[in-house]
Amino acid sequence: MKVPQNRGVRNGINFMRLNGLIRKESYQIVRDPSSIAIAFVLPMILLFLFGYGVSLDAKYVPIAIVVEHQSNETSDFLAGFRQSRYFVPVIVTDMQTAEQAMIERRVDGIVWLREDFGKKILNTGDAPIGVFVNGVDANRARILEGYVRGVWGKWLERTSIESGRPLYIPVKVKERIWFNAEMRSRNFLVPGLIAVIMTLIGALLTAMVVAREWERGTMEALMVTPVQVREIILGKIIPYFIMGMGGMTLSVIMATWFFNVPLKGSLWVLFAGSSLFLITALSMGLLISVVAKSQFVAGQVAIIVTFLPAFILSGFIFDISSMPAIIQTLTHVIAARYFVSMLQTVFLAGDVWPIIIYDGLALAAMALIFLMIVKKRMKKRL
Amino acid sequence: MVRRIIALMIKEFLALFTDKKSRMVVIVPPVVQLIIFGYAASFNLDHVPYAVYNEDSGRASRDFLAKIQGSPNFSLKTVIRSDTEIAPLIDTQKVRVVVHVASKFSENLLHNRPAEVQIIVDGRNSNTAMVVLNYLNSIVTDFNEQWAILHGHSPPPARLYVRSWFNTALDSHWFIIPGIVALLTLVVTMLVTALSVAREREAGTFDQLLVTPMRPLEILIAKALPGFIIGTFEATFIILVVVFWFHVPMRGSVPALYLGLFTFLLSAVGTGLMISSIAVTQQQGLLGAFLFLVPTIILSGFATPIANMPPMVQVLTYLNPMRYFLIIVRSVFLEGASFDLLWTQYWPMAVMGILALATAGWLFRRRMY
Repeated sequence: MKVPQNRGVRNGINFMRLNGLIRKESYQIVRDPSSIAIAFVLPMILLFLFGYGVSLDAKYVPIAIVVEHQSNETSDFLAGFRQSRYFVPVIVTDMQTAEQAMIERRVDGIVWLREDFGKKILNTGDAPIGVFVNGVDANRARILEGYVRGVWGKWLERTSIESGRPLYIPVKVKERIWFNAEMRSRNFLVPGLIAVIMTLIGALLTAMVVAREWERGTMEALMVTPVQVREIILGKIIPYFIMGMGGMTLSVIMATWFFNVPLKGSLWVLFAGSSLFLITALSMGLLISVVAKSQFVAGQVAIIVTFLPAFILSGFIFDISSMPAIIQTLTHVIAARYFVSMLQTVFLAGDVWPIIIYDGLALAAMALIFLMIVKKRMKKRL
Repeated sequence: MVRRIIALMIKEFLALFTDKKSRMVVIVPPVVQLIIFGYAASFNLDHVPYAVYNEDSGRASRDFLAKIQGSPNFSLKTVIRSDTEIAPLIDTQKVRVVVHVASKFSENLLHNRPAEVQIIVDGRNSNTAMVVLNYLNSIVTDFNEQWAILHGHSPPPARLYVRSWFNTALDSHWFIIPGIVALLTLVVTMLVTALSVAREREAGTFDQLLVTPMRPLEILIAKALPGFIIGTFEATFIILVVVFWFHVPMRGSVPALYLGLFTFLLSAVGTGLMISSIAVTQQQGLLGAFLFLVPTIILSGFATPIANMPPMVQVLTYLNPMRYFLIIVRSVFLEGASFDLLWTQYWPMAVMGILALATAGWLFRRRMY
């Protein structure tokens, strides 16, 4: 075996020993294909599946339209629904049929044009249009209501021009949507998904490695060698870091090329932020592994503390600023929170330094704290 | 036979509950997560931070802005005086919306000319942006109607009267919290079952178990029952919290809900044991559990509707047991459903559960090392 030149201890780390540890860990990774699968194949499959599957854009919503008495006015009104890509309208003639369809979950909403709809429009105006939405999924119901209002508003404009009775609308709203003008939910969900997936990958890669060594007794063997704790930690993190960055790169490529998420910020910021986050995620895995001592408990803890918090408390899908104050405070200990915010900003808004620096510092602090606890807990066992 | 099953079952419970850490892991996190997620997971928007940029000095614009300020959905963060202040506020997400009232707003209104309001929204989260726009648009519609009445303009030819069924206040907690019943039940059952066989395989005790007089069916039942029992207990606890702590109405039939829970547990326990018996090491068991849990939860309709998925993925969700149970839970809680509306949801879970359990039992003997 070739002896490296830098044998001496630098900054308290012996690079030859570290090299040996990394090599051992790498062999273990290469020979057990499951961790290669975790790092490279898993993120691609998950991102592919979720990138397609997870969407908050309601399209082609089935809706029942009750037309009690057909007239020119009703068909004029219906045209708006027929042309809209948001609706799949089903025309029925009585309210009962529509209600039954709603109860059986065949339609998500009902629009009710009463018998005197046409007459009222021509005479007095102010004809009532009943709109009923299935409120079980409140978010979808609200979006649906917005769509119906949109169709109604366009119809109002159209009829006022056609009938020559100009309709006066006092306040007109001009909407300007920044960063994501076409309002594709995929544009913010895919960066969020990368954060959730990488949280999983990071924890999965390291959560069991130390626990396994303890269970098999190899950790004690390692402890009697001159190897220092910080070398063991580095020896565990470096190989998995390299693998994790591979997975991360694949995810970013998929996000931009496959899902067409715009990348407004710079690549190197993305790279630096991702590295920071990955180190945090790996340290968290190591911490679980060190604290749990057994693979069984480490596995259970990894399932509980990584996926669900990253899914629900990271702001990936549920808006953090609308949560109760206590919960908002609590989200500060979720590493994914910072990464989600950083990714969404770098992808959609660009290099907004105040956000990037804040998130980066938070991630670095978390990684540091995790690693310090790991180091302390490992020493105790000696 | 029954005695053997009970003996092995007791051993399974001991394995789970004698270790303090393992005991904690099964009991404490679901309770804590239930409370935290119950408050956190919602699409409601409260106190959306916004800024006002008012170039008009008239009374009408102040009346209009007061309407937004009066809404509980918005909270005024700052008042700005120039165009250049908009970008930094939105970029750093200090505010989500800037309401820009153009000059001559009041004058235009008083002279029956259309007055313009510009709304600039942070679109990074398109769902939030859309909901914010909907809120603001309905405030504007209200304002317009009042203005028209006060100043004697003729009413529009038709007006919308929107009602929502089952959830009149459109509180999104009512949608998510019943879903947590399914979410946490699934996670707990996976925790209990997914590593149970793999751990014994790795320790070598499973081989010993196979040479005892116990038949695979008995082992299967004894391994499955703890998952069932713990799952039923935790689900019941969660349901009680949902009803009595979060005050989500329980309108439908409780037996219909429990038949759903039973079939759901059957499929979850079955899948957990199947993963566990395919895995040779605990590491593989953990990987399998994750590989099952993550897509099952994300593609279940828990947070994002299945109806929004592309048709191909929608077809795929028919293989997802949680999809069916979520429909059952939400229908029973909010729509007041009973067996007649739900029978199509029960059998797919039962079939999946039985198939998975059979595979697990079959694998017990086939995968020996």
